[in-house]
Amino acid sequence: MLLIHCPYCDETLPEAEFTYAGEAHVIRPPDPSALSDDDWQGFLFIRSNTRGPHYERWRHFHGCGRFFNAVRDTVSDRFLTTYPAGQPRPALETLTAASEDRK
Amino acid sequence: MSMEISSLTPGVLVDTPAARVAVQPAAGRLSLRARKAALPALGAALGVSLPTRIGQRAAGGGIEAICLGPDEWTILTPADAVAGLLAAGAGVDHPHSLVDISARELTLRIQGPRAADLLTLACPRDIDTIPVGEGRRTVFDGATVVLWRDGENSFRMDIWNSFAPHLARLMGIGARELAAEPA
Repeated sequence: MLLIHCPYCDETLPEAEFTYAGEAHVIRPPDPSALSDDDWQGFLFIRSNTRGPHYERWRHFHGCGRFFNAVRDTVSDRFLTTYPAGQPRPALETLTAASEDRK
Repeated sequence: MSMEISSLTPGVLVDTPAARVAVQPAAGRLSLRARKAALPALGAALGVSLPTRIGQRAAGGGIEAICLGPDEWTILTPADAVAGLLAAGAGVDHPHSLVDISARELTLRIQGPRAADLLTLACPRDIDTIPVGEGRRTVFDGATVVLWRDGENSFRMDIWNSFAPHLARLMGIGARELAAEPA
């Protein structure tokens, strides 16, 4: 079972308390009716499907109930970091450097 | 098989040398959602200083409060005090939501020498990381519950009514199994 750090509870907790909520930092266009069908389809359905570090949303469903963002390596399942929703995405270089240090 | 949604009445469910599980009498419960700026005014109105760290509890004037999220609290109170607290909250001049959820849940008290072991039956969280005198919202066999740790081996668990018969049965089986283990 994965252990996930909830940035609101400030505890590292079992995966069973959390739910996955898709890719993070997908921003809804402010005026959808101005978009072409292709652009709107891109916003709705097209995701990056990254191999490696992936910015994604999780929700601490059986806990504080909050959505937050995480960077998870989709190959190793290692969580590089978690941070509250609304914060800018952390630069990947800083995260991989920090995770190399731990090895 | 048919089972009533909430067939549990206050009383002892199971009593073994390992653990004793009892349904607590009905109590008043309130759910409070508010921003940090409203806390001092709400605390003064309700008569309890609201904790700000998730999992922390506070008690005062016969009511207990637990912080469940960055902007969420549950308040336990005697059933006859609910109306008074709702009225007190309505007078607070900050945006907030204070809702009576007394009918939503019931509480099990779990105590005995192996009460903490009994909870590991279906709770993936490390029970030892919950300090005595605090509480946490967590999951127990798929159902969201609020776990209050009153002592090293004394817990209360708030369960939504529809999940309660299932969890109560599970607790009964677990308590009997623990008692049947050879020493």
